Amino acid sequence: MKKKFNLKSITSSRETSLVIVLVLLCGFVQFRNSAFLTPGMIENLFKNYAVTMIMALGMMCVLLIGGIDIAVGSTLGFSGMCASLFLRDHTQMPAIVIFLISIAIGTICGALIGLVISYGKVPPIIATLGGMYVFRGLAYLVAKNEWVSAYQFTDGYKDFAQSKYLGFGLVNNLIIITILIYILFFIFFKWTTLGRKIYAVGSNAEAAEVSGIKIHRIKIMCYAILGFLTGLCGAIYTSLYASAQGDMGTGLEMDVIAACVVGGVSLNGGRGSVAGVFLGALTMAIVGRALPLIGVSQFWQTAIKGLIIIVAVILNVLAQRAIDKNNLKGREM
Amino acid sequence: MSEYVLELKGITKIFPGVKALDGVHFQLKAGEIHALMGENGAGKSTFIKVITGVHKAEEGEMFLNGKKVNFRGPRDAQEAGIAAIYQHVTAYPHLTVAENIFMGHEKVKHGIIQWKAMNEEANGLLRELNADFNATDEMGALSVAQQQMVEIAKALSMKARIIIMDEPTAALTKRESEELYRIAEKLREEGASIIFISHRFEDMYRLATRVTVFRDSKYIGTYEVDQISNGDLITAMVGREITDLFPKPEVKLGKEVLRVENLSRQGYFKNVSFSVKSGEILGLTGLVGAGRTEVVQTIFGAERYDSGKIFVEEKEVRIRKVQDALRLGIGLLTEDRQHQGLILDWGIGRNITLSEIEKYGSKIFTNEKAEREAAKKLAEEVDTKAVTIFDKASSLSGGNQQKVVVAKILASDLKVLIMDEPTKGVDVGAKAEIYAIMGELAKKGYAIIMISSEMPEILGMSDRITVMCEGRVTGELKRGEATQEEILKLAMAKSLKAAQ
Repeated sequence: MKKKFNLKSITSSRETSLVIVLVLLCGFVQFRNSAFLTPGMIENLFKNYAVTMIMALGMMCVLLIGGIDIAVGSTLGFSGMCASLFLRDHTQMPAIVIFLISIAIGTICGALIGLVISYGKVPPIIATLGGMYVFRGLAYLVAKNEWVSAYQFTDGYKDFAQSKYLGFGLVNNLIIITILIYILFFIFFKWTTLGRKIYAVGSNAEAAEVSGIKIHRIKIMCYAILGFLTGLCGAIYTSLYASAQGDMGTGLEMDVIAACVVGGVSLNGGRGSVAGVFLGALTMAIVGRALPLIGVSQFWQTAIKGLIIIVAVILNVLAQRAIDKNNLKGREM
Repeated sequence: MSEYVLELKGITKIFPGVKALDGVHFQLKAGEIHALMGENGAGKSTFIKVITGVHKAEEGEMFLNGKKVNFRGPRDAQEAGIAAIYQHVTAYPHLTVAENIFMGHEKVKHGIIQWKAMNEEANGLLRELNADFNATDEMGALSVAQQQMVEIAKALSMKARIIIMDEPTAALTKRESEELYRIAEKLREEGASIIFISHRFEDMYRLATRVTVFRDSKYIGTYEVDQISNGDLITAMVGREITDLFPKPEVKLGKEVLRVENLSRQGYFKNVSFSVKSGEILGLTGLVGAGRTEVVQTIFGAERYDSGKIFVEEKEVRIRKVQDALRLGIGLLTEDRQHQGLILDWGIGRNITLSEIEKYGSKIFTNEKAEREAAKKLAEEVDTKAVTIFDKASSLSGGNQQKVVVAKILASDLKVLIMDEPTKGVDVGAKAEIYAIMGELAKKGYAIIMISSEMPEILGMSDRITVMCEGRVTGELKRGEATQEEILKLAMAKSLKAAQ
């Protein structure tokens, strides 16, 4: 059966409306400043926003189960700092080991937060607020309030974020990693039992429990997944900027949550898609990159970002209302 | 002036799909305590809400002191001097007693709340009621009985002349009930009229001079309390024809599948024992609050038990969590389908296979094709009216949602099905279909425990009936020898004993 072209059904899908917004935005900026859509610029954009894009996927897991994690900025700082310090003291270590260390620490941090939330019954916002301070403090503590500077990193580590060997010399390593992770998550949420269970817990935790799903385990797993990706990003971040500071990643959690919200992930849980998160993160990235090119001041950029988030949430609510209304229509009375 | 302070004539209230009240009458004399009785779902609570202006009746008239009134909302009823104390106290737990008493009609002077005057007046009211707490105490720290007293004080502060109490003694201890009787008497002496809803005969004998009985949304009669016997009253409450709605097949019973012995949980139920065989439908009944749901929730692992034993196929088992119960083959269809049974946002197919995703796919990956086929088969088996398995669960009617829940249960390998109020909120046609499905399930050898408050359903579908009253099993009846009167007597066993 072929569906009739219907403007309403197209704008009601978050993904398509984001694509439209993106095309219009890019077209407009390109028209005003032709330096925007060049291969170098695009590569730069993806490279610099890889961290936000990757972490947005983890945040999506947590938001899907109705949770939230505002500790991720600190987790990134802590895991990235630990890994950098290790590299400083063991310069013979290959980059991959440093990445694994950062990932391990991030995963442990995430799982701990998950434990506190699911078994400790602490509300997610409170637990992660605590985690935010604890991990940030630890990041300063382990570094004894010092930086790890570029000269203390090995060349192999610094080069990772700049070279293209994973992309066969064509595409930057970070972009390849981002693409791989997005493909992985797309498969994860579409075809795995765990992915389905995450949606189930987020849509109706009670029904999921009655169906025999171990909701505590799922919750911890979601926070651990976010921790895993945050740890990975801790290493990417230090490699990209070739330094590690105690305050790195401060405020990042809000960018990540914003990307999810713009991408249509519901803060009430149960709704959101990998494609939506990708487009949401991309929208935020392009707004951040494109506005300076057409002479919009730094301060306006921040305000505009905020406006986009508010509009996105209002759209979410309206879309939800339309869906609910539609569902009730089918019910006979 | 009329003899009656409150009179209702021909009140009919229709909710989508059901007539909750069908032309009922009611007359309340000045200074009278009037009991209102009837089974669960007889329409008592709806009736109260019509009086208090919460619901608007489609038909009928209401007279207050002989004058016709038309309440547009609860506020009108309050201003007319009608106050209701509901079954579940609707208080603000974090505010003080005085704030609760004066909520909505605070003492205000020039837009400023007069705390001192308010607290003093509240304390005055509390003293009148012999309360052992203060106006400045926090509401949430009080016991249920004390909170009820606050509600009564609130009614007094509004100068209510008609006070309605909806099952006020249900959550009270014996001593607290005595205190409530005393207060009710005192209010009556001061000229208030009281309508008293209760399941307890004891309450009625102690307080009321007259009793009105509702049954199946209809008015049955009003009687003088000292001129009607227990037996006649029970007959008035249940005396209905049982229609032939129940296609219960004769099933040869198999081996015992589940047995509980002396199951107890502090504060909910005590020494509950029963067993159910393969192919058998065990009806578990009692009045609301008898502890039936709590017992099955415990067997399903959703709640812990303090003591007692559970046997599955003669082997003692320990059920600590839901997964344990499911592994042992015990499934539960909850009373609250919308919240616990289904994910309304999802399609029917996904809902049906949710518990068994791994069975159709592998440990890691799902197999959508196998799931779809299985879901389709199961949905046809229970005959849902959905167009496709992709229809959202929220788009279905109550009866069809229930069928989806049954299909979901069938997807798992279970031996015992516990159905908590399987036909609640379901129209008559779908009810018959659900009964047919239950019969089929029994034929297939499932052991079924059905909780129900509906007498015809219990009598029509059960092989055996276990009756509970206030957390204990008060009797067990076989199919054929059970009657409505017999069941209601057992369901009220405790209060009957206390009344004698």
